[in-house]
Amino acid sequence: MSKSATAVGDPLERARAEFLAPAELGESELNHVFARLMRPGVDFADLYFQSTRHEVWMLEDGQIREGSRNIDRGVGVRAVSGEKSGLAYSDDIVLPALLEASGAAGAVARMGRQGQVGAIRSGGAPPLYGDEDPLASMTSDRKVDLLRSVDAVARGVDPRVEQVIVTLAGVQETVLVADADGRLAADVRPLVRLNVSVIAADGGRRETGSAGGGARQSYGFFLEHNRALDYGREAARRALINLEAREAPAGTLPVVLGPGWPGVLLHEAVGHGLEGDFNRKGTSAFAGRMGERVASPLCTVVDDGTLPGRRGSLTIDDEGEATQYTPLIENGVLTGYMQDALNARLMGVGRTGNGRRESFAHLPMPRMTNTYMLAGPHDPREIIESVEYGLYAVNFGGGQVDITSGKFVFSASEAYLIENGKVTAPVKGATLVGNGPDVLTRVSMVGNDLELDSGIGVCGKDGQSVPVGVGQPTLKVDAMTVGGTQS
Amino acid sequence: MSSAGSVAAPVGHALPAVVDLERLASLALDTARAAGADAAEAGVSVDRGLSVNVRKGEVDTLEHHRDRGLAVTVYFGRCKGSASTGDFSEAAVRDAVESACAIARYTSDDPAHGLADSELMARDFPDLDLDHPWPLEADDAIELARECEAAAVEADSRITNIEGSGVSAQRGLRVYANSHGFVGRVAATSHGINCVAVAGERDTMQRDYWYTVARSPDDLEDVQAVGQRAARRAVARLGARRVATERVPVLFDPQTARSMIGHLVGAVRGSALYRQASFLLDAAGRRIFPEWMEVVERPRLARGMGSAVFDAEGVATRESPLVAGGVLQRYILDSYSARRLGLQTTGNAGGVHNLQVTPGDDDFDALLRRMGRGLVVTELMGQGVNLVTGDYSRGAAGFWVEDGGIAYPVQEVTVAGSLPDIFDRLVAAGCDVDRRGNIQTGSLLVDGMTVAGE
Repeated sequence: MSKSATAVGDPLERARAEFLAPAELGESELNHVFARLMRPGVDFADLYFQSTRHEVWMLEDGQIREGSRNIDRGVGVRAVSGEKSGLAYSDDIVLPALLEASGAAGAVARMGRQGQVGAIRSGGAPPLYGDEDPLASMTSDRKVDLLRSVDAVARGVDPRVEQVIVTLAGVQETVLVADADGRLAADVRPLVRLNVSVIAADGGRRETGSAGGGARQSYGFFLEHNRALDYGREAARRALINLEAREAPAGTLPVVLGPGWPGVLLHEAVGHGLEGDFNRKGTSAFAGRMGERVASPLCTVVDDGTLPGRRGSLTIDDEGEATQYTPLIENGVLTGYMQDALNARLMGVGRTGNGRRESFAHLPMPRMTNTYMLAGPHDPREIIESVEYGLYAVNFGGGQVDITSGKFVFSASEAYLIENGKVTAPVKGATLVGNGPDVLTRVSMVGNDLELDSGIGVCGKDGQSVPVGVGQPTLKVDAMTVGGTQS
Repeated sequence: MSSAGSVAAPVGHALPAVVDLERLASLALDTARAAGADAAEAGVSVDRGLSVNVRKGEVDTLEHHRDRGLAVTVYFGRCKGSASTGDFSEAAVRDAVESACAIARYTSDDPAHGLADSELMARDFPDLDLDHPWPLEADDAIELARECEAAAVEADSRITNIEGSGVSAQRGLRVYANSHGFVGRVAATSHGINCVAVAGERDTMQRDYWYTVARSPDDLEDVQAVGQRAARRAVARLGARRVATERVPVLFDPQTARSMIGHLVGAVRGSALYRQASFLLDAAGRRIFPEWMEVVERPRLARGMGSAVFDAEGVATRESPLVAGGVLQRYILDSYSARRLGLQTTGNAGGVHNLQVTPGDDDFDALLRRMGRGLVVTELMGQGVNLVTGDYSRGAAGFWVEDGGIAYPVQEVTVAGSLPDIFDRLVAAGCDVDRRGNIQTGSLLVDGMTVAGE
């Protein structure tokens, strides 16, 4: 706890104080950098200043096993020329390093028009999250106590609970975006996450269960509504259910997906395929299909970065653009792609606030924020009752998609058989596979019970990880391939 | 792009000297000692690299990489704290050590914590020939990537689109030091060329890739061959369909077979064992594969992608069998997990170093004939592997095999089974070994798994 940020107030003032003032980078120094960057042929350029402070605490066997803290800062310098992007970056935020990086990044363009450097103007949007530093929001003693109380509640669920691992992580990130158009925007981003992983044993059988959540808030989030303790109970419950699970069916069946985190279906099946870069390049299975029917009329899917405090939300994206509510599919018809600055410009459309990057050392690209399907007309009970024999999947590990062929998978970690309209025996985790452009055309019922996930998603693309959210109401897909062993 | 001359310093020229990293590591250890720590260890690394991606003959991305980090772990008695920083200023290093010390006040006293035993530290430091800087200018890299991409486009008229081709060169320096007085130094390079091709036919598109990676640019596959292979692989997928649900033999190609050996590694890793989170608990000395199966770790191969003289705790590496005669010979341990299990570290802090499945006599075509009818898997998707239970269910794509030959491409299916059963039902390991990774194996033939499709 050697350092705790005490500055409050306007993110832009904080970011200026953190990055620009110590290096004596004023308007004329930034103009000097952009003059170097905006050589002939460069259409656009930006600087991305970032600092992160990150901590992790881990409890195992009832002991506080590990704790670590990481500090990182640097600046990424990008130049864009037509379809070309150049990136160089430095851990040192000083003018000579910025100028050197600008030379390297700007070399991506060597022909064409001279870009214009705009006058500096402040941008941004009203913050979607508080400015309390999560790392400083709780004393180390209280963090350790929180881990211990979660451990105790998970163990208290059942004597078959054998192993409990609890991890608590917090990040405080400050970013400042300066671009050649003169935009200057900042964001101070908290992010917390708590995860519980349980092993339960009965006779010779061992099974796992995990649960958790998080938000762009301080650690107090986990104390509200006893969330942390609920994660502990829920992880234990899932492990115990899995102890009863039998072999999953193999073959093509009707599948009912529960509300919330099973929305990972949308993320994989349609979300990635609607990111601007793949569509500009024509490598997405959805390329050129704008205005076409890609889902049943019951389906409306949006990407929404504006939900206050959500894990996938951002006040501004990593290019300084305010995030927004972007309809992707409306009543079954494809209506929108997610865009960053480069792809929006090349496709002749507006930015959607989806330009994101893992860090200053990575190039931005179009990425999802919180992706979810709006509620429909059906009672969830009625949906289950409509299935004679099928699968009811309520929790998932992760998923993956091949953007080009449209084939995607996602892996159930808690699922049950539906027999004669009733949820019956739990079955072992199984992978579900489908085809992105047509899976949503097979959605025949949509519940009235929209939920967002508990704040646990991480999305990987081209080696870059970013936090995301998903959500959906209960859904019925008439036919999906279920990868069990029981044929 | 070739008109304006050179744009970037060749990779490797701008790295700091190893002695500077050693000085930072010493500073961290000295600061820890001064703060009262009983033991400490520090790792310092810097990397420089250049990567270029070309698409349709034009530069898509040009990235200059320069990464650095310092990580320190302190022990007060048997209480542990860790911290890391990307800032190499003296003040930042001292801050990191202070943070680690502050954390150690809250972690539990754990008799298994601590440095690896001093007598296990590496003492000899043979040159493993890992450091081959590639003096690659951005223009040269762009030209190579263009050549690779052009070879893909020209390979087949059904290559209708392209994600592009990439060329990268990277050099890194690492120093690991601990309060036993151990100091280890590594300079290593890694270079690569890749290509992602898209094949189209009627309304459907298929994408596939190929890559080559090596310590020395001399060992990279020919740049045109990489493009051609990516193209052939994408074209071969055109017309892929689903198959009926049934239990059949499955042949994993060398790239997907690597993941199977990865699951073995995951299940015999110390952290999984002491947590009782493995389907291979107490399996050392037990037969878990057929008798012909041999897996050996060879950490000191010249130019090996996984080669290392010492592990992440300074422990000397040595050649050692993991599986012999189908019997698991040992676990994969660092000092912490070894102490938890009452064993000695196997020099695997940070993972395995060049794990090799001993190849059999059959090449890929001979394995197809041996299989007769079934599924060849060339791509696996998703995370449906549970190492606690051994339950296995993943999305797959590949080829259907009839009469010992490829019949047609397959997609949108799953392959499922249980890992102990899959290991037990291995029929053969091919001689078609993929040498590109830290885990090296030929194709693996399993005599029965559930394939789910229609």
